[in-house]
Amino acid sequence: MTRIALRGGRVWTGAGTEVADIVVADGSVVAVGPAAAAGSGTDDLDASGCLVLPGFVDLHVHLRVPGGEDAEDVWTGSAAAAAGGFCDIVAIGNTQPPYDTASVVRTVRAEAEAAGLVRVHPAGCVTRGRNGKDLAELHELHRAGCRVFTDDGTPVADAAIMRRALEYVKGFDGVVADHCEERSLTDGAQMHEGRVSGRLGLQGWPAAAEEIIVARDIVLAEHTGSRVHLQHLSTAGSVEMVRQAKARGVRVTAEVTPHHLTLTDDLVEGFDPVFKVNPPIRGEEHVLAVRTGLADGTIDAVATDHAPHTAEVKEEWTDAACGMLGLETAASLVWNLVADGTITLDRMVHAMCTNPARIASLPVRDAITPGVTADLCVFDPEATWEVDAVGLRSKATNSPYAGMTLTGRVRHTLLDGRPTLRDGEIAAPVPPVGGSRAW
Amino acid sequence: MSDRSLLSIDDLDVAGIREIVELSDAFEEVLRRPIPKVPALRGRTVANVFFEDSTRTRLSFEIAAKRLSADTVNFTASGSSLSKGESLFDTIRTLHAMGVDAFVVRHRAPGAARRVDGWVDTPVINAGDGAHEHPTQALLDLVTVHRRRGDVEGLRCVMVGDIEHSRVARSTIGAFTMMGMHVSVAAPATLLPTGIDDWPVDVVEDLDTALEKADVVYMLRMQKERIARDPVLPSLREYVARYGLTAERARRLPPEVVLMHPGPMNRGVEIAPEATEHPGAAIEEQVRNGVTVRMAVLYLALGGMP
Repeated sequence: MTRIALRGGRVWTGAGTEVADIVVADGSVVAVGPAAAAGSGTDDLDASGCLVLPGFVDLHVHLRVPGGEDAEDVWTGSAAAAAGGFCDIVAIGNTQPPYDTASVVRTVRAEAEAAGLVRVHPAGCVTRGRNGKDLAELHELHRAGCRVFTDDGTPVADAAIMRRALEYVKGFDGVVADHCEERSLTDGAQMHEGRVSGRLGLQGWPAAAEEIIVARDIVLAEHTGSRVHLQHLSTAGSVEMVRQAKARGVRVTAEVTPHHLTLTDDLVEGFDPVFKVNPPIRGEEHVLAVRTGLADGTIDAVATDHAPHTAEVKEEWTDAACGMLGLETAASLVWNLVADGTITLDRMVHAMCTNPARIASLPVRDAITPGVTADLCVFDPEATWEVDAVGLRSKATNSPYAGMTLTGRVRHTLLDGRPTLRDGEIAAPVPPVGGSRAW
Repeated sequence: MSDRSLLSIDDLDVAGIREIVELSDAFEEVLRRPIPKVPALRGRTVANVFFEDSTRTRLSFEIAAKRLSADTVNFTASGSSLSKGESLFDTIRTLHAMGVDAFVVRHRAPGAARRVDGWVDTPVINAGDGAHEHPTQALLDLVTVHRRRGDVEGLRCVMVGDIEHSRVARSTIGAFTMMGMHVSVAAPATLLPTGIDDWPVDVVEDLDTALEKADVVYMLRMQKERIARDPVLPSLREYVARYGLTAERARRLPPEVVLMHPGPMNRGVEIAPEATEHPGAAIEEQVRNGVTVRMAVLYLALGGMP
């Protein structure tokens, strides 16, 4: 197998970066150091000026497979992940059929392996058909590879079911990930409840609807001693409750999306449904709170909630589906928080690599040293690029950052020592007939 | 997108509103002629595209267009366009391709008219978009107060009822305050929008106190169906007792007050039948002024265009 040399990057050491070359062979990092790649006979990738980080892990991706392939398929979703610097993604099972049986989970894994651009880890459903009533066969799903369990946007409303799910998965160290939404408070909601919703006449989604379930889940995790993971935290109150729960040792973890870190509800004023998402983009005080939560470690992970939708369901605000693309812009957006001093590089690595891996019970990659699996993201912090929604690898185009210029971009991604993204281009096998953009 | 569109009352400034009020006065003279019709928009086609039932507003726009000699076409579909497999975009683009010169759009969703405006280069008039805005209603309300009381500056308006779900409130409050009126709103807290403290209005709890100083009393429609879906009120009876313009309350209003309602009225709920007989009642004038205001708006949107 060809030896690959990454030359001249600033390599993550677990505590900072050092300028070094990296040699990769047989899927592993075999040498790290100044001039480690001296000599010839290697396939060279230029990493000069770049950060070389462990490959990213996304806890929250809507791959739309099966059943939603008009918006995204395994090939386009995997390509978007590779372009975003990801080596592992947790795929959420609000699909048709949902990920509530082992056979569906195995099918999705097999299709993703064939695509070969990113490792896909389906999250099992908590309840059958996501009906909120009957537990899915959680251990069977675990045997099929599921480590995370979630009913996604139809969160488990019944506290007794939630309690049983938490207890049941504890035995095999599964984690229930909850989309926190008290739906009696959000029926018909269209955007964050606040001054903007009042002005626009759009029904509000109050912060309290999230916080009520965050509180419930923390209490249940404490009661059962199980792990609970809170998805896409979006309110100041949620962050504060998680902070307090962690301080007293509750096994709670939390994620935040790039969009909740960067977008505010005044963007809804133009009524462009590209900004419609659940939970909604909120007021500035909430954005500042989730940033603080990410900076101080209250929020463990950045997860994209990548949610491709076709243009037909993003026509007009009220009828539009919720969700936005995230995989290809996440690294730049989080890097901008590092660049402006909101968080440290250390926090970025933990939020995008080590913590999500730990939460999803995946191998944790941290310091890039000889012997580790060569899952690497080579990120150019100086590159500027304009987000072209059509040019993104996702099949759908619903990026809220379309037209914006971002700083920092993934140059190469290595998965098991093999480039999946090389100089910004997908290093992909040709997709089979019917795959990719055949729609 | 067209710079002649009227999507929000905020698209207008004081001068723009004055122009519409003056034009509306001029068209009032046209309506009094034996043949109440002028050829101003002959050869132009106005499409009334109504995705929500509203016979009154549609007829008002249609009559306004016809008084200006424009041709009109009506497209009516209620319910969710998506649920019927119908695309709002395709509907609008189809009509656009047929050669329509202006769109009058009513939709149950806030922002729908703004979306439509982004898809076509012809003027779009917002005829009500959910609970968001209804700018021609605001203009006809202003014209009504103006015709009754002359200069509107400094007049005090009390607006009563469901502010939260009212497009009329959002537009009319904007127009009244822009022209120097003081607006108070009287409603239970469950019917006030989030962030009302940022609006250019006073919030009053007690209707009777507010009515004592009012030059204009504006009663909003109370949707009876709403209570079944969302417990914003314990009962209509209690609402009427606290916020209804009962016969007794109407008797205490001076004759020079301007009493308004956007229609259709729930007689016996927000307004007692006796109250509509008050000399200040201007509800039918609002309807009539709606025609002249919409003539003015259509004329400004389409007049002089090639």
